[in-house]
Amino acid sequence: MYDGGKVIIGLIVLFIICTFPFFYNMGRAAKVPEPKLDTPAIKKLPEWERVCVQPTPWMRANHMRLLDHWRNWALREANREYIGFNGKRYTISLQNTCLNCHSNYDKFCNECHSYMGIKPYCWGCHLQKPKEWAKGELKEGR
Amino acid sequence: MEVNRRQFLKSIGLFTILGIGGWSAFELLVPGQIEAQYARKKEALRAKRWAMVIDMTKMDEETAKRCIEACRRIHNIPDFYHPVDPKYKVDPKKARRWEIKWIWLEPFEHAFPDLEEKFMPESLKEKLFVVLCNNCDNPPCVRVCPTKATWKREDGIVMIDFHRCIGCRFCMAACPFGSRSFNWGDPRPYVNYRNPEFPTREKGVVEKCNFCAERIDKGLLPACVEASNGAMTFGDILDPNSEVRRLLREHYTIRRKPHLGTEPQVYYIIM
Amino acid sequence: MFEKALVGSKRYWTWVAFLLALTGIGAILYLWQLKVGLKITGMGRDVSWGFYIGNFTYLVGIAAGGVMVALPFYLHNYKAFGRIVVLGEFMAVAAVIMCLSFIIVDLGKPMRAFNVLFHPTPNSILFWDMVVLNVYLLLNIFVGWNALQAERNDVPPPTWVKVLAVFSVAWAPLIHIVTAFIYQGLPGRHYWLTAIMAPRFLASAFTSGPALLLVIALIIKRYTKFDPGEVAIQTIGKIVTYCIIINVAFFFFEVFTSFYSQIPGHMQHFKYLFFGLEGHGIMAPLMWISIIGMITASILLVIPGIRRNETTLALCCILVVISTWLDKGPGLMAGGFIPNPLHEIVEYWPTLPEALITLGVWALGFLILTVLYKIAISVHEEIEA
Repeated sequence: MYDGGKVIIGLIVLFIICTFPFFYNMGRAAKVPEPKLDTPAIKKLPEWERVCVQPTPWMRANHMRLLDHWRNWALREANREYIGFNGKRYTISLQNTCLNCHSNYDKFCNECHSYMGIKPYCWGCHLQKPKEWAKGELKEGR
Repeated sequence: MEVNRRQFLKSIGLFTILGIGGWSAFELLVPGQIEAQYARKKEALRAKRWAMVIDMTKMDEETAKRCIEACRRIHNIPDFYHPVDPKYKVDPKKARRWEIKWIWLEPFEHAFPDLEEKFMPESLKEKLFVVLCNNCDNPPCVRVCPTKATWKREDGIVMIDFHRCIGCRFCMAACPFGSRSFNWGDPRPYVNYRNPEFPTREKGVVEKCNFCAERIDKGLLPACVEASNGAMTFGDILDPNSEVRRLLREHYTIRRKPHLGTEPQVYYIIM
Repeated sequence: MFEKALVGSKRYWTWVAFLLALTGIGAILYLWQLKVGLKITGMGRDVSWGFYIGNFTYLVGIAAGGVMVALPFYLHNYKAFGRIVVLGEFMAVAAVIMCLSFIIVDLGKPMRAFNVLFHPTPNSILFWDMVVLNVYLLLNIFVGWNALQAERNDVPPPTWVKVLAVFSVAWAPLIHIVTAFIYQGLPGRHYWLTAIMAPRFLASAFTSGPALLLVIALIIKRYTKFDPGEVAIQTIGKIVTYCIIINVAFFFFEVFTSFYSQIPGHMQHFKYLFFGLEGHGIMAPLMWISIIGMITASILLVIPGIRRNETTLALCCILVVISTWLDKGPGLMAGGFIPNPLHEIVEYWPTLPEALITLGVWALGFLILTVLYKIAISVHEEIEA
């Protein structure tokens, strides 16, 4: 083999670079995300109404796809009403429907997103509800 | 056919690209169980073709400013002259360049540059006209958009999808009315009043007046019309019995640059 | 063949390092722009395209201009261009890459650039410009590389390369026509709204492209053993001469139409560019340099003695490159956007970061050009040795 030494050093460097993230995080297990549902808006609901527009497992897996469809339906087709799995009608709006219940960005949205290492840019435009909402100090629909 | 090493590597590379691309295409084509369970809201206002008549005889500066302020607050429009925090202060020249205009005031000579007369009534010449996106029926901005991020709704409103806009600004070059604005930087430090029901924008997208499409779909009139004390009328221009049509029948109205064929849908009663 | 670019003289590496440094500065500033937005530029709501798009437009011309050596060679079997034709193709490659880079740096949301493919929109000229530029880039890469490889192996290029070469000759004007259509189909921009925009673009492309090629070829001739050939240089000189004259003529056709008709909307942009309006006139000196430069070059190049002397020919070509750049880059942008559709005057001047990002893109283009030319020249030297 030509330049055997250099090739082997190169391979070692490559191996270190590729496996660096594993070594770097060794022994530091990230906390399993536990999204919280204890916002004032949700607490106010009776037990049997504490459901999302679709069942929870489905939402957990598909909310991003649903939101992708929502923005097209609402904005591009002017169809701003969604009929949930239980027949209830919702306004199609991330900011005014989703975030009204899930007003705790840090404890809900970001809990999983940061665990998964993804940064959706939804909040670049869509405003989070004021901090007071999450604490229940500010009333809705002002 | 014998496959040599070079060809083998080439084909491996090709299949890798196809494989990666193919998988994501598969994901897109199988959208899960999202059923199209959506509807238009019952209370939504409907029209074949929305249009606006602005009665400048009723539109004094006071009223105009109230309309503009209503729009600014409802749509979270930044004001670069007055940052939320003084540390974001910029010099007025920059503020003017970055300005976001949905509805604003222009003197006659700028609002109607081709109609300016040397010896026209002073009252008209010095009057400030309310201008906004004309939501043209034949919009050049829609024609040039390379991604369909801006398009004309069935009821004629020219919309912008901020999710899709790539910020090429071709539409700004195409608009003959200067009605489109670009977010040269993050607007949020300049949004003084935050309406929690409407999004702000990110840097890098184009925006403009949308005839309050989000309010119409909820059954509300555009914010400026509501604030105008009757100086602005909004309605269906294809409905012969609409208020808009009555005004057009009873008054001589003008439009901005009608000769360009863009068919503006904002009409002005000037005297 | 790529290995040829990895060995070279000290001068070659110094030049490469210099270009890399400029590209690096541009890249760092671009990262900053990516972070804070296009507010670091001098653009605004009134002049919404600036230095980036101006340079883009000019470089589409440079890319298309390469066809002026490819056409005689492939279509008329003009043997004198045999050595230089690959330089034309590689210049087109570098120029188109610069064009695409300028588009990307000009986008407000570059990470969404692929929306143009996800939501193809045939009624948008920008969509077609994306198509024609990318096809032209691929055509030139394939043709240039394979023709060079065939030359190296001392075999005639395969038929499919020749077919593609002829195809790319036909394609070249298209890239510039479509680029002109971006501008000339917009209502309310009187400076651009003219059917002669595409012909003007082509004339300026067919003078500036060959002029730049000639200057580079003469520089290469001075520093390497590569000689494009006396006849080739002289023929390109003639092409530059004819096309700069046509370009100047087209400019005056525009001036005539605007000023004889006396339509204010048409005159005001020329008035702004050359004399300034309402006390605003930062473009005027540049525009005068541009038009006087183009006229001077036309006159000088017509004189046989000046055209035949390689030094004066090269100087004239440099004048052509600069004056057409001023006309088609900054001039086209300022003329189109000032005064704005409301007849207000807001002037534009690029900021330092904007200029350095622009310079970075140019440096990237010249880096690609240098590497490709190094390969081509080394192959030629190898054949001759």
